[in-house]
Amino acid sequence: MTEQEIDSLNLSALKQGNHSELARMVTRYSDSIYRVALGMLNNPSDAEDILQETFIKAIRALPTFEGRSSLSTWLYRIAVNESLMLIRKQKPEVAVSDDEFNDSNDIDSFPSFQIQDWCCLPEKDFMSTETKSILDQSIQKLSANLRSVFILRDIEGLSIQETAEALGITETNVKTRLLRARLKLREELSDYFGEYLNKENQNG
Amino acid sequence: MDNKQHCKELLSSISEYIDGSLNEQLCAELESHLNGCDNCRVVVNTLKKTIEIYHDQVSQDTAPQDVKDRLFVKLNLDDYMKK
Ligand SMILES: [Zn+2]
Repeated sequence: MTEQEIDSLNLSALKQGNHSELARMVTRYSDSIYRVALGMLNNPSDAEDILQETFIKAIRALPTFEGRSSLSTWLYRIAVNESLMLIRKQKPEVAVSDDEFNDSNDIDSFPSFQIQDWCCLPEKDFMSTETKSILDQSIQKLSANLRSVFILRDIEGLSIQETAEALGITETNVKTRLLRARLKLREELSDYFGEYLNKENQNG
Repeated sequence: MDNKQHCKELLSSISEYIDGSLNEQLCAELESHLNGCDNCRVVVNTLKKTIEIYHDQVSQDTAPQDVKDRLFVKLNLDDYMKK
């Protein structure tokens, strides 16, 4: 969701609380915000709460929105903050030491690498519902910090700069976390597709 | 993998390489390493594929219609909801 879309929203109408313009904003961004919340919380009912809370807070805060970031980045920021708050409330013990790595760029702290080439699998295997559930499970194995970066950057397609703005961290931290998140997910998918390949080879 | 340290150095810039944001010199170094190192090539390709699958599968998800209906009611915008 980029701001340069077809017809842009009228910010001053939004700030004045114009209902039809607010409805356009909600229509445009509700899927993205719901996706982010669901990715962060892995629970449809929590995701719905976050979705509602995000737009309630946004509509309340719109008159003071300064436009330093784009409207979408700002909405993402509210949604991620709300999600993190809920995670902290639900699991205070994981929220504190949330990352298995610190933010240094020490590649030696990575686990070993799976070297199996599963790129050649047919496209339909990647788009199956079984794969979808592996994708969802794998992303839940990331810490909330890594997860938020991966969701915004690689699923929602924000730039490094926008991701940094939405999360209130530096671009360097975004890059470090993104690398870790991506490598970790690659390991998970390599475990799954590697086994899958082995089975295929045995069968045929 | 006889050149393990080199592989590790490479992996720290793999993310930027995939995003096309790595500077020219590092990019050239990395590509010449990839030409001679099967393992790193597999890591790069499967990493690209990982990101691609996530993007293709998950970025298509939408909020269920009943969730959207309740959202508009909650925000007092239900009169403006496009069906
Ligand atoms: Zn190598």
